[in-house]
Formats: sequence, C-alpha cells, structure tokens
Amino acid sequence: MSTTTPPTSITPTPGSRFASTRLLGTALGPFLGLLLVFALFSFADSARSRSLNKEASFASMASAQKILRDASQVGVAALGMTMIIIAGGIDLSAGSAIALSATVTAWFFRADYSTTVAIMAGLSTGCVCGFVNGSLISLLRVVPFIITLGTMTVYLGLGMVLSNDTPIRAFGKAPDWILNLQTPYPIPEWIQVSTGVWLMAGLAIVVGFLLKFTVFGRHIFAIGSNEATARLCGVNVTFVRIAVYAVAGFFVGVAGLYQFAILAGEGDPKAGTGKELEVIAAVVIGGGSLNGGRGSVLGTLSGACIMAVILHGCVTLDIRTSYQKVIVGVIIIVAVTLDQIRQRRLAA
Amino acid sequence: MQGISKRFGATVALEDVSLDVRPGEVLALIGENGAGKSTLMKILSGAYRPDAGHMQLADEQYAPHDPQAARAAGVAMIYQELNLAPDLSVEDNIMLGQETTRYGLVQRSQQRTRVLEALELLGHPELRLGTPVSELSVAARQLVEIARALVMDARLIVFDEPTSSLTRADVEHLFDVIRKLKASGIGIVYISHFLEEVRELCNRYTVLRDGRSVGSGDLVGTSEDEIVALMVGRNMEELFPSVAHEPGEVLLSVTELSGRQTPHDVSLDVRRGEILGIAGLVGAGRTELLRCLFGLDPVQSGRVRIATFEPKATPSSRIESGLGLVSEDRKGEGLAQVRSIADNLTLSRLTPYAKFGFLNLGRRREAVREWMSRLQIKARSPEQMVTELSGGNQQKVAIARVLHQNADVLLLDEPTRGIDVGTKAEIYRLMGEAAANGKAIVFVSSYFTELLAVCDSIAVMARGRLRTVRPADEWTEESLLQAAIGLETVSTTVTT
Repeated sequence: MSTTTPPTSITPTPGSRFASTRLLGTALGPFLGLLLVFALFSFADSARSRSLNKEASFASMASAQKILRDASQVGVAALGMTMIIIAGGIDLSAGSAIALSATVTAWFFRADYSTTVAIMAGLSTGCVCGFVNGSLISLLRVVPFIITLGTMTVYLGLGMVLSNDTPIRAFGKAPDWILNLQTPYPIPEWIQVSTGVWLMAGLAIVVGFLLKFTVFGRHIFAIGSNEATARLCGVNVTFVRIAVYAVAGFFVGVAGLYQFAILAGEGDPKAGTGKELEVIAAVVIGGGSLNGGRGSVLGTLSGACIMAVILHGCVTLDIRTSYQKVIVGVIIIVAVTLDQIRQRRLAA
Repeated sequence: MQGISKRFGATVALEDVSLDVRPGEVLALIGENGAGKSTLMKILSGAYRPDAGHMQLADEQYAPHDPQAARAAGVAMIYQELNLAPDLSVEDNIMLGQETTRYGLVQRSQQRTRVLEALELLGHPELRLGTPVSELSVAARQLVEIARALVMDARLIVFDEPTSSLTRADVEHLFDVIRKLKASGIGIVYISHFLEEVRELCNRYTVLRDGRSVGSGDLVGTSEDEIVALMVGRNMEELFPSVAHEPGEVLLSVTELSGRQTPHDVSLDVRRGEILGIAGLVGAGRTELLRCLFGLDPVQSGRVRIATFEPKATPSSRIESGLGLVSEDRKGEGLAQVRSIADNLTLSRLTPYAKFGFLNLGRRREAVREWMSRLQIKARSPEQMVTELSGGNQQKVAIARVLHQNADVLLLDEPTRGIDVGTKAEIYRLMGEAAANGKAIVFVSSYFTELLAVCDSIAVMARGRLRTVRPADEWTEESLLQAAIGLETVSTTVTT
C-alpha cells in the first residue's frame, strides 16, 4: 500500500481496443469461423480432386447456393430463437411447431382455400404456438425448458390429430412461388440464390434492427441479463416475454412454410422432430448464451451456415453424412468453450 | 414514515418505527444485523407493504404497492448487491425502463444528453457509455446505479451499506458523490454500521434495535458510545457469554500459503483451545483463505500442517486430518437445503452408522437427536428439511456437522451472519466450549464487536494478505477498521 492516493478504479481502462475485441467475439467470431470451415473444406476438396484427377466442385457458386438454401430454414427459425435465448429462454417446441405450421398450411391448401388464407393460417399457427409458450411460462411460472418440452409433444400430437396420422398432401394446389422457396437453384436464375434465402436475409435485417434500435430490443437484452433489475426498472417483463415468444413463433411459421416447400406441397407433422436442436445449435454456435443476455443475428446465421457447410462438405468429400453429426456436435462444444474462455478473460 | 409495523408469521420484524428525512440531508440508519433496517427499507422501496403505519413523501401520501411505483414516486435504492444488467452498456443500464423513444425506437442522441448530465453531476463524465457493465469495477457500477436514480428524478435515495466492497479511495469518491447529491437537494438515507463513516457523512441518525426505533438526533453532540449503547441495548455478558479456555500447543500451522489470486503469502499458527479471529472487509480474501486451507481452492505455494501431518490439498484428506469448515454461504454451499437435518449433520462422517456401506438409520436418528438437544436446534424431528428452519437453527446444524465430524480445527466463516442476537450468543458459547475442549478455532467475521469480545487473538486481512496478529485486547474497533481498509503502515507484517 503506497501512501500516495491510489488511482480510483472508477476510471475504466482505455476502452477502444476492448470494444473491438468484443465485437470480434460476439458477432464476427462465428462469421470468421464460417469462413474458416468453408476454406478448410474447399482446400480438402481441391486436394482430393487433384489426386482423383477430377474437377474441384466445393468452392463454387452452385455449392454456395445449396449451402445457403440448406441453412435458410434453420436460419429463419433461429432468428426467433435468438430473441428467445437472448431473453434468457429456450424453445424446445420449435421443431414440432414448424411441422404443425406446415401441416396447417397443407390442410388449408388441400381444402382449396386461397393462397393468402393458407399462408396466413400457417404463419398464425406459428405465432399462436409461440404465444402459448410465452403465456404458459409467464402465468404458470414454470421454467421455459419444461413448458416447451411439454408443448413440443402437444404440437406434435395436434398435428397428427389434424392430419389423421398421415401427412397431408396438397400437391399441385400451392402456387409455384411458394414451392420454389427451397429450390436448390434460384428461379428465376438472375436472383442468384433461392427466394427462401433472400427472405431469410430480409427478416434477419428486421430482427437485427429490432434488437439494436428499439426499446423492445433493449428490454429483451435486459430481461435475459438480469430479470430482477429489468422488473425493478419498470420493464413489463411478462409482456416482453410473451411478445418475444409470439414474434419468434412468427419465424417458426415462416420456417413451416419452408418445410411445406421442401416436401413439395406436403404437410408432415413428424417432419420437424429434432429440428429444434439444430435451431438452438445455430444460435449457440453463433455466440448466444443460454444464460441469456447475449446473442446476435449475424452470429446465428453464421451458426446455421456452418452446419450447412459441414453437411455439404461431407457430401462433396464422400464422407458419410453420419459423420456430419459428429462434427457438428464437436463444433458446438468447441464454440461454446472458446466463448467461455473469452468471457472469463474479459471478466478478469 | 410514521408508526410502521411489519410481522412475518409470529415474528415481529418492525414495531412502531418512525423516521423522517429532509431534502438535502443525509440520515444515518444504524443498527445491528437483524435490527430491522433492511425490512424497513424494503417497505420504503415498495417491496413489502407495512401492516400498520403510513408514509409521506413531500406532502403527499406515499403507499407504493411495488418497487416500480416507488421508483416512479422518486424513491431509489442502491443495494449492496447491485441491480444491473451485466450484458447491457452503461447507457442502456442507466436508461433501462425509461428510454427516450419515438415510435418504439431508442432516441440515442437525446437520451445521451440526459445520461451525460447525470454523470456530470456525479463528477464522472469520463465513463464510457458503450462499455458493457460487466467490464466495470464495482465502484463504477455503483456510479451507474446512482446515475440511474438521478435520471429518473429521484427525490430520496437509500444507500444500503454501499462501502462494504469498495477500496478506501473509492469510498472517498463515493462520499464526494453523496455530498454532491445532498447539495442538489436530494434526501438521502445512509445505512451502515461503520460509525466513522456515518460521522463523516451524515447529519442526523436513527438507531434501530430489535425492530424498534430506539433513538434519533443530530450527530453533532452525540458521542460514539451513546450510539453503541443504543445499538446494543443489553449488557456484554448476555451478548457474549464467555467460557474459560486456555490455549495449548500449536495445532494448525500455515506457512506462506498462496492461492491462485488470494490469499497471498499467509502464515499463521492456531493453538489448541484458542479462538483466532480474522477481521477484514468483504473481498479481503478471508473466505478464499479458509477455502485454500480446506483444499477447496487451488493452492499455489506454501504449507499447511495439522498437528504433525501435512495432508494433501483436497477436502477429503483435510477432513480426515481434522479440519472442519462452516461456509459463509449457508444456502449455496453450507447446507443441502432440501435434505433433512440428519442428512446434513452426518454427511461428512457416516462411518459410525454404516456397515458394509449400509446405513443404520435408526442409530443415526438417535445420534442426531442427541446433537440437536445439545445444540438446542429447534425442529420437529431429525428428518425435517433444513430449508424449513430459521437461519439461526440452520447455522447450528452447520456447526453441529463439524462438531459431529470430530474436527480438531474449526474454520468458521461468518458463522453469525444473518441470525438473531439470541442465537448468536449461543454460537459464541458453543465456540467457547469447543475451545475449552481443546479445539482450535479460526473465526472469520466482518463484525468487529464480536471478534473483540470472543477471540483470544485477532489477525486482520486486507487485499489477500494477512497482517498483524495481535492479542484481542490490544485491538479496538477503530484500529481493526483502519487495518482492514489498509491505512496501517506496511511495516507490521505477520509475526508467528
């Protein structure tokens, strides 16, 4: 202890360097990870192609189109999941709800309702599912994990009731532009990637804006970061939470529309099983914290793309797709571990 | 506040308490732990509603039904545990719940001027608005919280022991800030049990004891002894029952022990039949020292010897060689809250009741019953869950465990925190008896009065270093506090 006045700890450490590393970690980190994974597969593919004397195909526009198409369904649903996870929640029912929305859409098409009605029905199904999740969590005061574990089964069951246990086929009833949402090659060709990818990009911008520039967005972060404080400061926690789940439900509905398109006009209530884990994985790989308070749109989309890159890379390299699951699992653990090490270093 | 009363079940927490604060003055609210200070402040801030009495703010009736209403009326609390969202930036934390908006969009440029005004008033315009709060020091976080109170036009700000985790320099800064608030006409309630702080900062005082206001007046012209007499309100022998004990040979010997961050280079000896007090502020590294001793935290260097052994640095081998730890955190790690008294009491030594791994539950129940009556643990049966007990009885279960474990060295970390005065006296008596039975006791506390009354010798810990072991009667509360906040010169290092 020196006798001179010690410097006060109120003055923060010179901060600009700090700010940039932080940015790197939260949003750009997963994005750089995506580029790295893509580069690795491109390298492996070109090396292998050279030895087999054929043309390398991974680093091409065609595979980028496929990767983005594959990532777009999980990506859209993960936009909503990002909000939920930032607010400190989780939604295990997302997969079932995606399939239920697709089933409802198919039911309306099969019954010859207009396109508008069928789409609205699908989207509102997603919203209602989310709204129910949010309301149950708020009103019953049971943790989101349990509530959505329950509704996961409920939504699956409702879908099967609606479809009489067999997928609802509405072939030839939906307009082409819906079915083309998930085509691997864009229609028309000049738009470069399929319409589903463009829609995802548009919605991503909306969500990013919502999180960053609106009061609603600030309150989502506040609730996830410290709910007691948010309540003390006059944030209507119940309302915000229900709204977050309902808005996320809208994205589930959109993903349901994609699902309907993937099956070329069929609604299968069982098709979403396990999808919620992919959606959550995208958010977590993208830097979202299951403790709430952290997550970003760019990170989440990068997370979704990383998984699609690995899948596509495995196909290109003739690696059995089963290995893709192993790799994705390892990536999840590595991503979260890296993130925590970074957090600890910042805290120290 | 007039005639406030509050009861919880059969316990009367507050009875007919009155206090008043004027604009531009600092009122000190003084009282021991459990005197009812925090209950009173929870009523003021709308977290509880009083059973009787009424409150007035300025000239209006004031009856907040929740903390938000209290905030809206202009009453803000700065708690010990700060209420901030760690992932949000300084600006977002300050404006949380009162963002300047247009069409739901945050109007950053406009709200930034309000935030800067508030920080300017506090004398710290240099805080970066974009920094996430998790990267700030404790002192800076406190500023953020005070700024939040300013932004919402608080008329009354309550500080609940705000200096307990600050360094001396930061305390000075905080006092400057509070003086600025006072000068701007805000009424302030300052809760503390450091009388020196109170004298430096406050105009008037109100003393609470056992849920009653027992005295108030101007600090000028009131001596410290008068205030202490009001706070304690009973004679020393009742409060601190003494049991004769005689220090014997050295039992626990620690040489230059260092942990990963704290403690730093700690050496000490504890004898059989000795109660060694370790004083210090929160965050001085006392808990970490005990955890290192017990093998819970990694040890960087140094040696721990118990009698003639040097056990491995794991809790199980430390327990085997006779160490027993009562954690400061009863809820988190001290006790398994949803298990029975019997489970908790016998967890660290089940061998007497086990044969080939099977437990003789009947025998165990009998033994536990005996311990419960020895320590006067009030419960329906040994099978009652710990979480249903009062804090005092829970603490007795925790102490019973280390006694049952036959530990020779008891490491007690804040064993009297958050329990009532009567139970405290019982715990002091238990400690005295244990010492008389030849146990060595290390007693960590932030409450200097009890250390002075109970211990044979006291060491002070500050910033991870243990300094100045002296016989208890060579210390006073003032000298302990000075040593704890680091005013003492460095020359008096540890003597063992």
